[in-house]
Amino acid sequence: MTIFRDIGQYLLMLSGMISRPENAKMYWKEFIHQCSEIGIGSVGIVVIISIFMGAVSTVQTAYQLVSPVIPISVIAQVVRDTVILEFAPTLVCIVLAGVVGSKIASELGNMRVSEQIDALEIMGINSKTYLVLPKIVAALVVIPMLVIIAGVLGIWGGRLAGSLTGIVPPATFDQGLLDTFEPFKVIFALYKAYTFAFIISSISAYFGYYVKGGALEIGRASTRAVVISCILILFADYVLAALLL
Amino acid sequence: MIEVKNIKKSFGDKVVIDDVSAVMQAGQCNLIIGTSGSGKTVLMKCMVGLFEPDDGEILYNGESFTKMNRNEKTEIRKQIGMLFQGSALFDSLTVQENVMFPLNMFTTWPTKKKIERVNEVLDRVNLKDTNKKFPAELSGGMKKRVGIARAIVLNPKYLFCDEPNSGLDPQTSLVIDRLIKEITLEYNITTVVNTHDMNSVMEVGSYVLYMYQGKKEWEGTNKQIIFSKNQRLNEFIFASEFLKDAKEMRMLEETGKMPNDRNIDDMVK
Repeated sequence: MTIFRDIGQYLLMLSGMISRPENAKMYWKEFIHQCSEIGIGSVGIVVIISIFMGAVSTVQTAYQLVSPVIPISVIAQVVRDTVILEFAPTLVCIVLAGVVGSKIASELGNMRVSEQIDALEIMGINSKTYLVLPKIVAALVVIPMLVIIAGVLGIWGGRLAGSLTGIVPPATFDQGLLDTFEPFKVIFALYKAYTFAFIISSISAYFGYYVKGGALEIGRASTRAVVISCILILFADYVLAALLL
Repeated sequence: MIEVKNIKKSFGDKVVIDDVSAVMQAGQCNLIIGTSGSGKTVLMKCMVGLFEPDDGEILYNGESFTKMNRNEKTEIRKQIGMLFQGSALFDSLTVQENVMFPLNMFTTWPTKKKIERVNEVLDRVNLKDTNKKFPAELSGGMKKRVGIARAIVLNPKYLFCDEPNSGLDPQTSLVIDRLIKEITLEYNITTVVNTHDMNSVMEVGSYVLYMYQGKKEWEGTNKQIIFSKNQRLNEFIFASEFLKDAKEMRMLEETGKMPNDRNIDDMVK
């Protein structure tokens, strides 16, 4: 029964946040603030993860593709497709579910417990619109950008690893990248990025917004937000792949 | 004037407010008192719309707040200021930004005018040179005063204070009590204070509503409390020997004779 109550409350939260802003300028300021919090705050971890995931992909693909009949440039194709289709959107978003999701849930949870959300409501401000909507919109804008950065850096990391280890010369890697490239794969990665961004921001906001209790419950809500977001990301990943590929 | 009519509120099987009616007098300090868990905070949250009552009505100047739609409630809420138990200041904003927040949201004033208004209300609550400080850098009493400044910055008609003295020393409590009373009279606000602090009852209360286990047990003025025969109210208000003596001294002042045939010398001993 709890799951149905949670789903109902989640949908009510989403519908409740659609209302006319009391002051568009304040909402814009909050949106920009959230873009900075979600985007700038996550760039570092995204850069590190992306470079290493590309590098590891190159080395491990080369290790498995030891055959005189397969050209070395195929390694670049495998790295490219793996990074664009799976690693950049899914792996990065799972990491962002931890980084961004826990931050959103704990921030809103703390505001709920310390009555800051009640204070907004008393002022006549729709707290869902002011607190939740800018976070979701900011995530929808910023997370796909982070996924694009992750894709570019992942492929660059693979190229760098191929060059440093001598497995794939840069010219061969570049040639492999261009072979049989389908732009739809980038579009598909963006579909995933938008879906995952919505899951991360809305699920985390839900668990934070409806916290009851004290500091312990904020921690629990934060953990639940990350776990549920990760499960839903993996589920959505499968559904999108089954439907669109 | 705020009217509470036959309000009922339950959480699951637990009845928290059971058929409570009261009239909060305009331009005065109205107190809701009672032990912890008596339902006074829930009643206040019903009055401001943070909780939806299961039954009954809340009326602001004769208009039913409970039957209003969201937009109409928002209009009423713009006339409400509230001081929360934990002050509920926004952690990420400075004192000035906290107090300016309602102005930013609901006025189109130029920044200079907003800053002037912020300084005006901060001066009124005796807080100077704190504009750039964050809530984490303030003491409990200062946080309460910033909370009051934020609550009155838009010149509200109604002020709600939930346990304004919780966590404060007696001297600071007195400062906050007097400030609430002064602001109520100065701005002609209808104030509702939720408290279990005896000093607040005597210091600021005009109309007093005493709640016991979710029900209205007694109502009257703070002067009438002294003469009340309600046993539960007397046990709650005059819990210690010291307070019992204080009550009897007050009765002596008011009537010129000691209650219960006690001798003044016994009390001095």
